[in-house]
Amino acid sequence: MFRWFHKLASTKNFYRLAEILTPLLAVACAILLAVGLYRGLFVAPTDYEQGESYRIIYVHVPAAWMSLFIYMVMAFCSLLFLVWKMKLADIVAQVSAPLGASFTFLALATGSLWGKPMWGTWWEWDARLTSELILLFIYIGYMALRSSIDNKSTAARAAAILALVGVVNIPIIHYSVEWWNTLHQPASIAKIGTPSIHISMLIPLLLMALGFKVYYLVVMLTKTRNVILEREANSAWVRERVKENRL
Amino acid sequence: MGGAFITLLKRDLTLAMRRRSDWLNPLVFFVIVVTLFPIGIGPDGSLLSEIAPGVIWVAALLATLLGLDGLFRDDFDDGSIEQLLLSPQPLSVLVLAKVLTHWLVAGLPLVLLSPLLALLLQLKLQAIPALLASLVLGTLTLSLIGAIGAALTVGLRRGGVLLPLLVLPLFIPVLIFGSSCVAAAAGGFAIGAQLSLLGGLFFLALALAPLAVAASLRISAES
Repeated sequence: MFRWFHKLASTKNFYRLAEILTPLLAVACAILLAVGLYRGLFVAPTDYEQGESYRIIYVHVPAAWMSLFIYMVMAFCSLLFLVWKMKLADIVAQVSAPLGASFTFLALATGSLWGKPMWGTWWEWDARLTSELILLFIYIGYMALRSSIDNKSTAARAAAILALVGVVNIPIIHYSVEWWNTLHQPASIAKIGTPSIHISMLIPLLLMALGFKVYYLVVMLTKTRNVILEREANSAWVRERVKENRL
Repeated sequence: MGGAFITLLKRDLTLAMRRRSDWLNPLVFFVIVVTLFPIGIGPDGSLLSEIAPGVIWVAALLATLLGLDGLFRDDFDDGSIEQLLLSPQPLSVLVLAKVLTHWLVAGLPLVLLSPLLALLLQLKLQAIPALLASLVLGTLTLSLIGAIGAALTVGLRRGGVLLPLLVLPLFIPVLIFGSSCVAAAAGGFAIGAQLSLLGGLFFLALALAPLAVAASLRISAES
């Protein structure tokens, strides 16, 4: 188990593995998203109350899930990096941050678009939207801290600590915002993702969620490969690959 | 360990007292920000008393932020931080002394000044004990959380711009429970839940923040 772990942790081996996996995952991602979108937009029945506009959940809900999932990945990688000084984990955290921020922004934008026909306003101070907005601020803070420290290794460790501080705070922020929201608003507002959802609507949703996850993997692996090449530009194996023109 | 804590506290308090502008400026800022609201919104008494809890809390949040940037900066520049890193006492305890100093010179005066601002905004008198209690617990928590941001950015020349970006999102739970505590008291409701939650946040921050601050200082000092 540990030998496997060590092998994977070496950037060279990871590069090779990512090289093989990326095209396979890209195909899987395309299939999942195509089937998910088709079933979500054309096959799934129209909602009784919300009409066609509910279909935005096929982008909104997976994006919102991804926004939290990627933060968890970042926090886990930060822990790996701080405790075991695993360089690869730092790279994954680094490239994941902008992706997570983009998914958070996508969740906010689609939530706002959905809010216009449902609530009649572009922005409602709904508990979930507010939490997402704060999560976006946390992502931006993480990226700002990383980019403003010139020394690469200091930047990596400082960002890792911030990610861990954030992961302690996110549940607290989430529940306090929910509490704040119930205090200030009657709970009559309809929310995206009601607990009971019909199976014909649920399957495309799960397909899309899986598709988003695979998409994240594809982009994350590709970006990780780029950063590995950049950081190890002077190592023998990278030079060899450049010479043979296979990157 | 206790001795080192007290010594450091005394030293920092003496230093703070000698540079009066460091702790007076945030206080004046606090008062000015609060007076801006009636000017911006209009002198409507009922509206002001309704938004008073939120306004005072947001102003307190920003005023706390103002003093945070200097929390470790001078010690970092003159090398005292490195002495702390090398000392045999656990760094997290020493850090706690510095955070307590920050609260004593930046947080406590805010708390003491807040009833005056409550009167300016026509907050109901019955809410003032809740305002004091929530501000005491809240500003302590803010100092603890803010110290993490201060420690992370102390090595940067322009850390002061980055600091609010890092810590303001983390301040949000304190703001929520603090302002709702005052609003509930003004409306004549019980405030036990809000105070308990503020207390819980304080103890959580007290347990975890010094560790994060110590780790951050180590990282900042190494570069």
